[in-house]
Amino acid sequence: MSTNDAYYIPHKAVWPIIGTAGLMITFIGFANYLNGNSMGPGIMLFGFLIFVVMLAGWFTLQAGESESGMYNHGVGISYRMGMMWFIFSEVMFFAVFFGTLWYTRNLSVDWLAGIGGGPGKSTALLWPDFESIWPTNGPGNLGGDFEEMGAFGLPFINTVLLLTSGVTCTWAHHGLLAKNRDQLIKGLIATVGLGFLFVVCQAFEYYEAYHDMGLTLGSGIYGSTFFMLTGFHGFHVCVGAIILSVVLFRSWKGHFTPENHFAFEGAAWYWHFVDVVWLGLFVFVYIL
Amino acid sequence: MSAETAEHDDHHDHGPAKGLLRWIITTNHKDIGTLYLVFALVMFFVGGLMALIIRTELFEPGMQFIEPQFFNSMTTMHALVMIFGAVMPGFVGFANWMIPMMIGAPDMALPRMNNMSFWMLVAGFVLLISTLFMEGGAPAAGWTMYPPLVLQTGNALPFAIFSIHLMGISSIMGSINIISTIFNMRAPAMTLMKMPLFVWTWLITAFLLIAIMPVFAGAVTMLLTDRFFDTSFFDAAGGGDPVLYQHIFWFFGHPEVYVLILPTFGIASTIIPVFARKPLFGYASMVYATAAIAFLSFIVWAHHMFLVGMPLAGELYFMYATMVIAVPTAVKIFNWTATMWKGAMTFETPMLFSIAFVVLFTIGGFTGLMMSLAPVDFQYHDTYFIVAHFHYTLVPAAIFMLMAGGYFWLPKWTGNMYDERLGKLHFWLSAISVNILFFPQHFLGLAGMPRRIPDYAVQFTDWNMISSIGAFIYGFSQLLFVYIVYKTIKGTDCEKATDEVWEDASKHGLEWTIASPAPYHTFLTPPEKIPTEHY
Repeated sequence: MSTNDAYYIPHKAVWPIIGTAGLMITFIGFANYLNGNSMGPGIMLFGFLIFVVMLAGWFTLQAGESESGMYNHGVGISYRMGMMWFIFSEVMFFAVFFGTLWYTRNLSVDWLAGIGGGPGKSTALLWPDFESIWPTNGPGNLGGDFEEMGAFGLPFINTVLLLTSGVTCTWAHHGLLAKNRDQLIKGLIATVGLGFLFVVCQAFEYYEAYHDMGLTLGSGIYGSTFFMLTGFHGFHVCVGAIILSVVLFRSWKGHFTPENHFAFEGAAWYWHFVDVVWLGLFVFVYIL
Repeated sequence: MSAETAEHDDHHDHGPAKGLLRWIITTNHKDIGTLYLVFALVMFFVGGLMALIIRTELFEPGMQFIEPQFFNSMTTMHALVMIFGAVMPGFVGFANWMIPMMIGAPDMALPRMNNMSFWMLVAGFVLLISTLFMEGGAPAAGWTMYPPLVLQTGNALPFAIFSIHLMGISSIMGSINIISTIFNMRAPAMTLMKMPLFVWTWLITAFLLIAIMPVFAGAVTMLLTDRFFDTSFFDAAGGGDPVLYQHIFWFFGHPEVYVLILPTFGIASTIIPVFARKPLFGYASMVYATAAIAFLSFIVWAHHMFLVGMPLAGELYFMYATMVIAVPTAVKIFNWTATMWKGAMTFETPMLFSIAFVVLFTIGGFTGLMMSLAPVDFQYHDTYFIVAHFHYTLVPAAIFMLMAGGYFWLPKWTGNMYDERLGKLHFWLSAISVNILFFPQHFLGLAGMPRRIPDYAVQFTDWNMISSIGAFIYGFSQLLFVYIVYKTIKGTDCEKATDEVWEDASKHGLEWTIASPAPYHTFLTPPEKIPTEHY
C-alpha cells in the first residue's frame, strides 16, 4: 500500500463517528442530569463508555499503523503540528480563567466597593458597606464565612511533585533517545506515579476546603475562581497521567525508537504544559 | 497532469465505500468538503426560515403571528444557525475541497480527524436544534447569551451550552487540520508567498479559530457553573461581574466575525483575477492586510460595549483601535478594484457576485466605521442600524461569496457547467432583493427602532414592510440556487466543463490543471510546477 516516501492517507475511518456519538450522548446525559432528569447519569455513563471504547480502539489502530512503519517523516510532522496547536488551544482555555481572576481581583471587586472613576461611582450605591479585600465572597457574603487556601501546605507539596515529575519525564526521554529501556520505563513510572500522587493530594486539599474551611464553589468569586482554575487543572493532570500511562504501556511493549516516538513526545509536551499552568496557578491563585 | 493523477488513482483500490456508509466513514477531503457544503446549505435554509418568521411578524406593527418569547428564540437561533451552521461550515467545505487541490497535496494532513470534525458539528447541531422542542423554548437571550438574562433559559440552557462545546471542538479540530495541511503538505515549489490567497486567508482564519473557540467555551462553561453549580462569576452579590462575560464573549466574538469574513476575502481574491484576466493586484499587501486585520481583531472587542459603562480611557482606546481596521480593509478594497482596472473583464455569475460583494461590503464597512465612533454609537447602539450593518457584511459579503465560490468551482467538482442564464437570474434577484431587505433597516435604526423586538411604533411601518418584502424575494430566490446546483450535479443537458473551466484559469491556480470532474484522489505525487498568475 503505502511506501515510506508517500504520505499515508487512511481510508474508511469508523472511530470518529463512534467517538462523536459517545461524546454527544455524554453531553445529552449530562444536560438531562442538570435539568433534573433521573435518566441523566445513566445516559451520561453510557456515552462515556462508548467514548472510552473509541479511545482504546483508535489509539490501538494508530499504534499498530505506526509500528508497521506506515507513517513517514511528513506524517510525523503533521502529528506534531496538531499537538502543538491543540496545546495552544488549551492555553487559550486556561487564559479565560486566569483573565477572570485578574479582572475580578484587580478591577470589578474594586468597582463594587466604589473605588475607581467610572463604574466604581455607580456600583458603590448598591453595596455601601462593601470593602475591597481579597479573598472575597462578595457583598452578599455568598456561601458564608470561609478561610483562604494557604500556599505552603499541600499546594507547595504539589508544586514539588509536579516539578519533579517534569524532571523524571525528561529523564525518561533521554533514556529513550539513548536506547536505555530501563531508564525510559523507570522514568515514566515515576512520572505517572507523581502525577497520580498530585491528584490524590489535590483531593485531600478539596476535602479540607469543603469540610474544614467552609471554602466551596459557592464561596463567591474567590471560591469560583479557585475551584474553576485548580479543578480544570486537576482534570488536565488526570488526563495527562492517563496518556502517560498508555505511553508507559507502549514503552514496556517496546514500541518506541529514538527516531519514531511521537506518542511519547506529544504526551511529554502535554505534561510540561500542565506543569507550566500549575506554576501560574501557584503564583496567582495561592501565593499572591 | 490530469492523465497522471487519473492513472495513479487506478493503482490504488481506494475508491469510496458503497452507499450511505461512504459519507459516514469517509476520510477523503472532497467527500468531507461536500458534506460540509450540503450541511451548510441545509442550515442556510433552516436559518433562513427563522429569518422569514421574524420578518413576517415584523411586516406590521402589533403582535400578529407568534409569541414574543418565540420571537426572541427566533432571533437567537437564526444567528447561531447562520453563523455556526451555514457560513462557517460553508467556508470549511470550500477549505476541504480546495486547499489540497490549490497547494498540490494528496489530501488533508489529518484525514481521520477531518471526518470527526464534521460529525462533531452535526452532533452540536442535533443538540442546538433539539432545544426548539424543549420546555421553556429555545435560547432566547440573543446569540451573545449575556447573563443574567440567559440564565433564565429553561431546559434548553445546558443543551445550548454543550452544543457550543461540540461546535468548538469541531472548529478547533478543523482548524488544526487546515493549519497542518497548509504548513506541511504544500508542493515543494509553493513557498508561503506563492500560496493562493484563499489558502492564506484560511491559514489566518484557522489561527483565529484555535485562539478564540476555547475562549468561548470557557465563557459558556462559566454560565453553566453559575446556573447549576453555585459559582458567581457573573453575579455581583458574590463579587463577580456580568460585564466580565461581555468582555470575554467579545474577545471571542470580534475575531469570530473575521472568521466569517476572511475566507470571504479569500474567495473574492481568487475569483476577481480570473475574470479580470490579470494577476491579483498587490498580492503581498493582501497577505499583510489579512494578517493585520486578524491581529487587530484581538484588540478591539469592547467597541461592542460602548454603552456598558467603561472608563473614558477605554472608550477612547477601543474607538481609535477600531478605526484602524479600516486601513487594511481599504487596502483590500483598493486591490480588488485595481485588479479589475483595465482588465479584460467578463461577467459570469461568480464575477457578478464578486463585484456586488466589493460594492456592498464597502457599504457595510462604512457603516461599521460610523459605529466605531463611540459618541455616535451611543445613538445607534442596539438599533436596526447595527442590524443593517452586520447583515451587509454577512449577506452580500459572506453569503454572496459562498454562492460565488459555488458557481466558480462547481464545474471543477462535477465536470458540468451550471446554467449561466439561471445563475445570472439568481444573481440579479439576490442582489436587488438583498438591498430592498437591508437598506431600509439603516433608516429604521437611525430613526430609533430597537433591534430584537417583535413589535414597534407605527411610524416604522413602511420601511419594515419594504424590508419584509425584500426578505421574501431574497429567501425564495435562493431556492433557485438549489435548483441550479442540483441540475449541475445531475448533469443532464448541461454543457461539459473543460479541465480549465474558465479561460486561462490554469494560469491562476493548480486546481484548474487537473481533470474536470476532479478525480477522487488528486496530486498523489506533488506537482513540479505551479501557476504564476495569482501572486
